[in-house]
Amino acid sequence: MRVVRNLLATPEGMIGFVLIAVLALVALFAPALSPGDPLRIAGRALTAPFTDPAFPLGTDRLGRDVLAGIVHGARTSLLLGLAAACAAPALRLCVGLAAGVSGGGGAPGRVGAGRALPTLPPFLLALAFDSVAGPSVPVVVLAIALGAWADPARLTRAQVLSVRERDYVASARVIGMHPAEIALREILPNVLPPVLALSAIIVAAAILTEAALSFLGLGDPNVVTWGSMIAEGRNVLRSSPFLSVFPGIALVVTVIAVYLLSEGLGKALSDREGAA
Amino acid sequence: MNRALRLLRRRAIGSIPVLLIVVVLTFLLLEAAAGDAVDAYLLSIGGGDAAIAQSLRAAYGLDQSMPARLWVYLSSLGRLDLGWSVAFDRPVRDLILERLPNTFLLMGSATALSFAVGSALGIVAGAKPGSARDRVLSTLSLMLYAIPGFWLGLVLSIVFAVQLRWLPTSGIETIASGRTGLSRAADIAAHLVLPVATLALVYMALFLRVMRAGMADVWRLDFVLFAQSKGLSRARIVLRHVARNALLPLVTMLGLQSAAMLGGSVVIESIFAIPGFGRLAQEAVSGRDTALLTGIIVTSAVLVILVNLVIDIVYAALDPRVGASERGA
Repeated sequence: MRVVRNLLATPEGMIGFVLIAVLALVALFAPALSPGDPLRIAGRALTAPFTDPAFPLGTDRLGRDVLAGIVHGARTSLLLGLAAACAAPALRLCVGLAAGVSGGGGAPGRVGAGRALPTLPPFLLALAFDSVAGPSVPVVVLAIALGAWADPARLTRAQVLSVRERDYVASARVIGMHPAEIALREILPNVLPPVLALSAIIVAAAILTEAALSFLGLGDPNVVTWGSMIAEGRNVLRSSPFLSVFPGIALVVTVIAVYLLSEGLGKALSDREGAA
Repeated sequence: MNRALRLLRRRAIGSIPVLLIVVVLTFLLLEAAAGDAVDAYLLSIGGGDAAIAQSLRAAYGLDQSMPARLWVYLSSLGRLDLGWSVAFDRPVRDLILERLPNTFLLMGSATALSFAVGSALGIVAGAKPGSARDRVLSTLSLMLYAIPGFWLGLVLSIVFAVQLRWLPTSGIETIASGRTGLSRAADIAAHLVLPVATLALVYMALFLRVMRAGMADVWRLDFVLFAQSKGLSRARIVLRHVARNALLPLVTMLGLQSAAMLGGSVVIESIFAIPGFGRLAQEAVSGRDTALLTGIIVTSAVLVILVNLVIDIVYAALDPRVGASERGA
């Protein structure tokens, strides 16, 4: 509870929390806010924004309502971001820890397995996976989770590499602590805070990756996403740049909100540590 | 130096199984794809009968069993042969070697620019955590970092290439311009301004944030207090003591980013129509060209391993604790 109070006390946390709450509400009530299929043709094609009260943000090349697309796109983006970030964090942490701790004496194969995935560019991996399994929402989530895995595992390993050379780890070794116990009780607590702060960044990265995949035409074609809206608007970029600009702004606001929330959370957590 | 060399040798030997795992995993993953390059090719020429498909598959060796093809692939990899691209009807290695320089140029300039400007601004912000200067820079970098690269690229090209017409919209150089020497270099540079600026802006924000966060952590350590009590000048403390120690996470981040930047090049190269490595990946996906995609993924793994070898050496040189407990392998 105190963490939540601390979180709302920081300006970053407050703004981030409010923005995320609004976005979540929009995503939850998207069917009520703009009923019907957002991909259906609703009016005249290429209506300019702020001219027709029926379509406040205008319509695209096929006459689809831009506002409806943005409202429904919030659903896809938030859901995908959360799902991808939840998909494998524990596993990641374990691999990072294992690779870091066993680094010296472990068999090359074991280290190799932990290091193979991080050498692959996350986006290429997502691209390859997506092209194999075909574009659908669960596939995109898995592809992003596979790709997003690399960063935290590598960062955890780097942190572990540094922490495990510290004196208290040597002391723990001297008093005969089991390596697993050292990893869990001595190293993990010192490695966790930066990794936690990073998981919010994974949500943001997942949202951005999904947008980039849809932008390249590898998203789920049956779902509206901001990335696919930007790609669609790109065809008429010279005459109607608003088609790409509005969903882009929605993306930026969402990602900023996630970052602010993570900053506030980081501050709230470090305050708690200071008080303890 | 001895310590660094030992670390290098151990890492280099450790990379061989890593690469093998990457190759086998990629091969198996892409094996699961529905349809192959012959299907995509026949679709693109408007269809063909089963006999043509079969003879094409036999010609490209696609009719053999999966383990047999994996074995052929691995053994030809030993000769640095990455196989044959069906979509381009050319050797995969030639295609990749042809595209890599463009991507190196793009990534190298963007990384150098963003690292230099980002860490410098990070030092400015981190010199006095909590100051007005720090807050302005931190907020700006947060907003910048939240912008998706492909959207930033589109907006920049709307403003500077379409509206203002200052810079070319796409490509790596003017087609068939017949330029040579310096004038060609200037032409390529003009084409690279927007993509490099797009990538550099996003990564600059990242480096700034990591540098600032690292410095804020170091300020709390005892040796900084000690340096202050010794009466060292503020500039000396900021640069020699705080910034130097905060460089470590930044160097780690640079290694991490090498993989992410290679991936990011896919989208940026596709927006600015730069015939580079990333665009080749997208072309491989749309052409269902498994051999090409495998070659691209393996090549990028090699590149990332090489970058991280260098990063590990730099890291060991900067932080005496890393590798201190390692006995020679």
